[in-house]
Amino acid sequence: MECLLGLVGKDFAITVTDTSVIRSITVLKHNENKSRELNPHTLLAFCGEPGDTINFAEFIQKNIKLYGIRNNVELSPHAAANFTRRELAQALRSRSSYQTNMLVAGYDAQKGPSLFWIDYLAALVEVPFAAHGYCAYYCLSIMDRYYRKDMDLEEAKDVIRKCIDELQHRFIINLPRFVIQVVDKDGIREIQL
Amino acid sequence: MSRRYDSRTTIFSPEGRLYQVEYAMEAISHAGTVIGIQSNEGIVLAAERKVTSKLLEQDSSTEKLYTIHNNMVAGVAGITSDANYLVEYARTQAQQYYFSYGEEIPAEPMVQRLCDLKQSYTQYGGLRPFGVSFLYAGYDEHHGFQLYHSDPSGNYAGWKANCIGANHSKAQSILKQEYKEEGLSLHEATALVVKIMTKLMDTATLTSDKLEFATLTRGGEGIVHHIYTPEEINQLLKEQGVLAETDPDQMED
Repeated sequence: MECLLGLVGKDFAITVTDTSVIRSITVLKHNENKSRELNPHTLLAFCGEPGDTINFAEFIQKNIKLYGIRNNVELSPHAAANFTRRELAQALRSRSSYQTNMLVAGYDAQKGPSLFWIDYLAALVEVPFAAHGYCAYYCLSIMDRYYRKDMDLEEAKDVIRKCIDELQHRFIINLPRFVIQVVDKDGIREIQL
Repeated sequence: MSRRYDSRTTIFSPEGRLYQVEYAMEAISHAGTVIGIQSNEGIVLAAERKVTSKLLEQDSSTEKLYTIHNNMVAGVAGITSDANYLVEYARTQAQQYYFSYGEEIPAEPMVQRLCDLKQSYTQYGGLRPFGVSFLYAGYDEHHGFQLYHSDPSGNYAGWKANCIGANHSKAQSILKQEYKEEGLSLHEATALVVKIMTKLMDTATLTSDKLEFATLTRGGEGIVHHIYTPEEINQLLKEQGVLAETDPDQMED
């Protein structure tokens, strides 16, 4: 029932997460942050089983921060995504697997922005745009139609506006608030549409 | 009396030294020389082969220069069997990193992992330390080309040019004089390595059965590590004008 979107622009990657915590037919919370900063230029956005997601995301976050402290250089978004996938895949084959879907958005000084799609079965793909959960049914087609590479931030915001409009028109679940975050050369920041 | 403190490898002497570690370093300073020089275009490594005999089978496998992973070549000085073990360990560690992160391990963390192992033998358990020093020629996207040296104590440092093994202090003083930081090309670095090698080995001429050679450079797609074959070494020595004229089989042992 959750919404997780991402896309890569000219010199930035952007993620959209809803802020609702839903259990059964009840909305428990309206202001949940469903992302974690892995390092200054890598953002992990997640959805799935509520306990699993935060547990796993923070486990990954702490390990990637530790890597930065140990080695004096930060992991690239590509390496961080691969590390996340590997840990998820290892957990998947144990008695304590995580039901967590993720997007890793990052900016690499040499390779530019990137977005990685990871599902709870630990499949990893680098993509120009991505969506998880039910909102993929609505948003992938919109992004497929309007996405261009080398979009600037305003154009990307337009596409996201279209996605959110569609969700609020058609989707049976009410998702009133979204957090939109941008990762670029200056780091991670939240923006308003 | 000194035996009391020598027998246990991990016990400090009254002067606060670890004798076995120092002896290991001493052993290395009798081993075949390895020289490494950084240039703008990459790194050159050269190593002296000590074991040369006309009875020795001359296969193409190297004795002192090893590929650790795609972006790293290492030269070893010391006990070859210890080195083999450490090289194997390093290769495994490099692949384990690749398995976890999907990227080649950066140079310094690679050196660090080996040095952690070396250090552990100066502190734990009644085994002797590794009698091996390494010169690592590595590349990563964080700091470009890097040359590291590590010794049996587990210490390591980055260098612009360095030398380990027999006559290392002599080589280092030549390097200090002749190394220029700016605008050193790979070709000039190669020439310098060959020049120092001929001085150290006290001959005017060399052949491929006394020398090993490797480079780490930028290639068409990424980084190219290249350990020279005997034919390539002879070709290189010929270009440098120091190739021995005599047939190697005729050489005295």
